[in-house]
Amino acid sequence: MQKKLKALAFVAGLLGSVAAFAPAQAQSPAPAAGKVSGDVVKIGLLMDMSGNYSEVAGQGSVTAARMAVEDFGGKVLGKPVEVVYADMQNKVDLAASKAREWFDTDGVDAIMDINLSSAGLAVSEIAKQKNKIVVINISGSPRFTNEACNANTIHYVYDTYALAKSTANAVLKQGGKKWFFVTVDYAFGHDFEKDASTFVKAGGGTVVGSVRVPLNALDYSSFLLQAQGSGADVVAFATAGADTANSIKQAAEFGMGPASGQKLVGLLVYDNEINSLGLKAAQGMLLTSAFYWDMNDETRAFSKRYFEKMKLMPNMSQAGVYSSTMHYLKAIEAAGTDDTAAVMAKMKEMPINDFFVKNGRIREDGRMIRDLYLFQVKSPEESKYPWDYYKQLATIPGDEAFTPLSESRCPLVAKK
Amino acid sequence: MSIATSTPLKTANDALGIGHLVGRALIVLALLALIAAPLAVYPVFLIKILCFALFAAAFNLLVGYVGLLSFGHAAFFGGAAYITAHTVKEWGFTPELGILAGVAFAATLGLVMGFLAIRRQGIYFAMVTLALSQMVYFVFLQAPFTHSEDGIQSVPQGLLFGIIDLSKPLPLYYTVLGAFLLGMVLIWRVVNSPFGNILAAIRENEPRAISLGYEVNRYKLAAFVISAALAGLAGAVKAIAFQLASLVDVTWQMSGEVILMTLLGGIGTLLGPVVGAALVTAMEHYFAATSIPAPVLIGGCFVACVMLFRRGIVGEIRHRLKARSSR
Repeated sequence: MQKKLKALAFVAGLLGSVAAFAPAQAQSPAPAAGKVSGDVVKIGLLMDMSGNYSEVAGQGSVTAARMAVEDFGGKVLGKPVEVVYADMQNKVDLAASKAREWFDTDGVDAIMDINLSSAGLAVSEIAKQKNKIVVINISGSPRFTNEACNANTIHYVYDTYALAKSTANAVLKQGGKKWFFVTVDYAFGHDFEKDASTFVKAGGGTVVGSVRVPLNALDYSSFLLQAQGSGADVVAFATAGADTANSIKQAAEFGMGPASGQKLVGLLVYDNEINSLGLKAAQGMLLTSAFYWDMNDETRAFSKRYFEKMKLMPNMSQAGVYSSTMHYLKAIEAAGTDDTAAVMAKMKEMPINDFFVKNGRIREDGRMIRDLYLFQVKSPEESKYPWDYYKQLATIPGDEAFTPLSESRCPLVAKK
Repeated sequence: MSIATSTPLKTANDALGIGHLVGRALIVLALLALIAAPLAVYPVFLIKILCFALFAAAFNLLVGYVGLLSFGHAAFFGGAAYITAHTVKEWGFTPELGILAGVAFAATLGLVMGFLAIRRQGIYFAMVTLALSQMVYFVFLQAPFTHSEDGIQSVPQGLLFGIIDLSKPLPLYYTVLGAFLLGMVLIWRVVNSPFGNILAAIRENEPRAISLGYEVNRYKLAAFVISAALAGLAGAVKAIAFQLASLVDVTWQMSGEVILMTLLGGIGTLLGPVVGAALVTAMEHYFAATSIPAPVLIGGCFVACVMLFRRGIVGEIRHRLKARSSR
């Protein structure tokens, strides 16, 4: 018994000494104004590099960030800029622990992208605690700039609310009045459908029906038959990723699409999905995107350079990573420091003008406001060269696309 | 009573295949290493290892000592994480109450799932647990309080017992270490008790245990509930430590990962799951920033383990030591 007590006392003593030692380790010197912390600006990306999302995010986003740093000259305020990344393997806790480690011990100043909205929301919260910057490009949850908004987070490319709203309004203008929804059966799909139906009804359209499909379903035939028989002129897919690809492919097999008089609309579609589906299956589909590589000379110039490296064209979030990295570096230069508050103020103050966005601006809730575009997928005959996939039908001005500030649920806005 | 208290030490040392003193010295050394570890390694990473180690150890209690391969342990791990995160964030529970709620949920869920699953054996048992855990996954996917794929974030860490500030890394680490050690001691106590002996008897020869008059199903159910509760403890602590609960923790992939950790470390050894969990978590963490894809590497290790040393790392070491001492 005595032995045990002795051991216990020893352990307790050790614990005490460790605890006493701790504060010295935890404190880090506050960066003085006009300086760059750690004499290097580190930008981190938390990406799925090996799983389902490795093509829409992954190496492509890292490449885009590195291109931005190169184009900026590799240095800001005379200090080197470094891009680091980690394969978060679609695990939220891995993303969270990496982000903490980056901020705590590796001197990362900003994280430019995180795929999976759950991981993004977690990291956004960590950035708030550690007072660092997070820019979300690929995730689309509107929570980033509403309930979960904070002064350290910017949502750069799109959100599902804006996609639903602008797709609904733009398709109504194209004459699609009777809608049918094929909705993936969880919150993402439900919200998507709810938002889109609200705008369809507000715009004078009707929703004739909807069907819920399970997540990661393989056979969509019964759902597609309901859509086909519904008498709707628009069949909208409130799905994402593999679900979108599979359902669109099967819809083509059922003869749905422009030939049947029914318009197919994808609420969230990446260029990569069209590339893997092929134009034969996807032709005629309507979709909204923030970026398409073949819009003008500037987008083509960037995309061709990117293609050289990746052998794929950049999608909207990868182009967004380039743009947000560039904007971040410019803001550091303008602020003369990499201090978080000063840089955030500059990022929100300076307009964004590059190939990715014209007259973009970041609102106080962290939402970047930009135009969105309605595209139609070309038929195989219309497509003249590789990756010639879309024709532009309409431009949706940013102020009409995104949640107006007056409806924002962000506490930063509500305070005023 | 005297038999019950004297057997554990004996079996533990026999299991390690080393003398009394060396065994004790090793345990003390390991404890010291755990206490001093945050000085050398980033504490948040250590916390993650401890959470997964406890989860794997809880799983191992069932597969290693009762011979029941559950393919649904993520339901307890992730389920408890959700309950803890929700009770602490939305209902304002203190961390200890939140963890308790998570563990209670996991134990209850374990009782229900175990009650249904233990009637079958082998692959059927695994499939029933998988099916039930997929039902739990579906509930968490659909239930509004989980926010679906957004998950529950920014769970307040608060003060443990009103004094320990869990938002600082070191107090948090020692709290998680405490929970981990508590779980490990409990598992060790269960395994080295008359109850544990009966479990081993069931694992070795179930019909014989029945013929000796034991209500086998009751013992299995008890073991299942203990294992579920400990897996829940791991999940609940992780929810507090990382301030989040997400769908990833309730997916069947997570159930698969804990099997992988346990197999790699050594099924049926006390330390095996801990070593396996540390190894897998470390590979995930440190190879994330390299161009080597971590999942491929972990898969490779698993294949190597199955082909070359089926007892797992700790199992193999124990086997070699035993072989040497018997020579």
